[in-house]
Formats: sequence, C-alpha cells, structure tokens
Amino acid sequence: MVVGELTEDAVDGLFHALADPTRRDILRRCAADEPSVSRLARAYPMSFAAVQKHVAVLERAGLVTKESRGREQLVRTDVGAVGRARLALDDLESTWRGRVDRMSALLAAGTEPERKTSTIRGTG
Amino acid sequence: MSVTSVDADYDNLTITLIADFDASIERVWDLWSDPRKLERWWGPPTHPATFETYDLTAGGEATYYMTGPEGPMRGAWRINAVVPPTSLEFINAYADPDGTPVAHMPIFTVSVLLTERDGGTRMEMRSRFESREDMERMVDLGTVDGLQQAVGQIDGLLV
Repeated sequence: MVVGELTEDAVDGLFHALADPTRRDILRRCAADEPSVSRLARAYPMSFAAVQKHVAVLERAGLVTKESRGREQLVRTDVGAVGRARLALDDLESTWRGRVDRMSALLAAGTEPERKTSTIRGTG
Repeated sequence: MSVTSVDADYDNLTITLIADFDASIERVWDLWSDPRKLERWWGPPTHPATFETYDLTAGGEATYYMTGPEGPMRGAWRINAVVPPTSLEFINAYADPDGTPVAHMPIFTVSVLLTERDGGTRMEMRSRFESREDMERMVDLGTVDGLQQAVGQIDGLLV
C-alpha cells in the first residue's frame, strides 16, 4: 500500500537502500535516537567515509534526513507521510484490538441470565 | 476471534473495525453505557482507566484518567450523538490535570454502531483522526516503538 504512492525509481531506491544490513542497522539506530554521522561511524568497523556513504544512500531513498547542528550532522529517520499514517493507524488498530478482546472477556465472564430490568437505562 | 475485520484508510485517517460478540445488543451496550464496566476495558491492563464523570447524552461530557508507570494521563469525551442501545459518537481529547483539553495531544472521533447478527451483536467502530496534525501527534507519542516495529517488519521482509 505504501509502495503504491511511490514512483518505480523511488521504490528501487528504497529497496536498494534497505537491502544492506549496515543500512538497516543505521535506520534502526536513527529510529531510536538522532545520532550524528561521526557517532554512527564509531559504531561500525568501517571508515567514516564508508558510513557516510551508507547514510547518503538512505538519504537519497528518502528514509533519513540530515540536519546540521554546529559541526555535527545529525541523522534522523524520515519514513514519510504515508509511513507515518500507517504507524498511527497501526497504533489505533492494536489499541482497539485490545479493547475488543477485553470486551469479549467481560461478556464471556458475565453470561449468567440477566434480569430484564437490568438493561433498562435512563435517558442516556 | 471477536475481531472480524479491520480496514485502515490512510487517505481519510480512519480505521474501521468490525467485531462480533456472542451476546445481546443490550449487554454489549452496557459495556459502553455503564462507566464501571467501561473502565474495565477502555484502558489496557498496564494503564487502567477510571471515569470520574460520565454524562452519556448528546452534548454531554465524560472525563477519565488512566494510570501508568509514567504517571496519570487524563482524557475527555464530548458526546456528539447517542441512541441507546445501538449507536454512539464522541470526540476524544486528552486533558490536563484539571480536565481541560490540551492542544498538543491528538484528537479523534469515535463512532460505534451495534446491530443484531445471527443471535449475537456486531459492533462497527470507526475511529478518525481530526487532522493530519493529530495523526502526527499520535505517532510522536509512540514514535520509538512504532518505528522500531515498522523497521523490524521491513527487516523481516528483506532478510
């Protein structure tokens, strides 16, 4: 569904960006935090330039954005508007699935026959 | 088992959930209209809800708080429409400790429709964010978990 919103080139870029385990790991770190490129570089057994190259691939695919702060460049994930909508609705969905489960449990727990009068409510 | 379908409409920021319960409409409605029953399912076990005021009439309000490890969170409903025992629509907003709605938390509208089906009750629940900004606020509240989960899912597809 997310893919439907993107051009074919953008999808290729996205999959290329995600096909590399280091880049996926960078993405994960940036989801939890907003590390600088140099801090990211220290986390991997490779050169600063190599890590910078990985970040550039993620940036071209629209998965991260870079922001200059002082002498540092901070990297943050940018999953895009569609991705954010998906996350928000996924969150709502799991909330409501939990509620329905609890409602079912309450209904199952109280299966004793009800007195007819108990279901008559006021103006509410 | 109870949830029959879930449909997420990303363009209209709406989620529609259909659930079937093996109980009469009156009993399902009771879970909504009786605040003591409502508070047994509205919040997750980690964040139980307590309703302090509950005026289930058109234009009425309900206020509640949810307790959790990070402290209490307040919520308020404004009832748009109610037709017992079959339908209800309300706006949920989050509130400050006085119960006054706060602007930086997401606002969403919930509508509920109960119909009889095969001797049981079908509940159709629609939850809609007021605006894209509200939706963004919801994401901000759960950003880290949500993103990590999403990234994890992408990972699972590609590994």
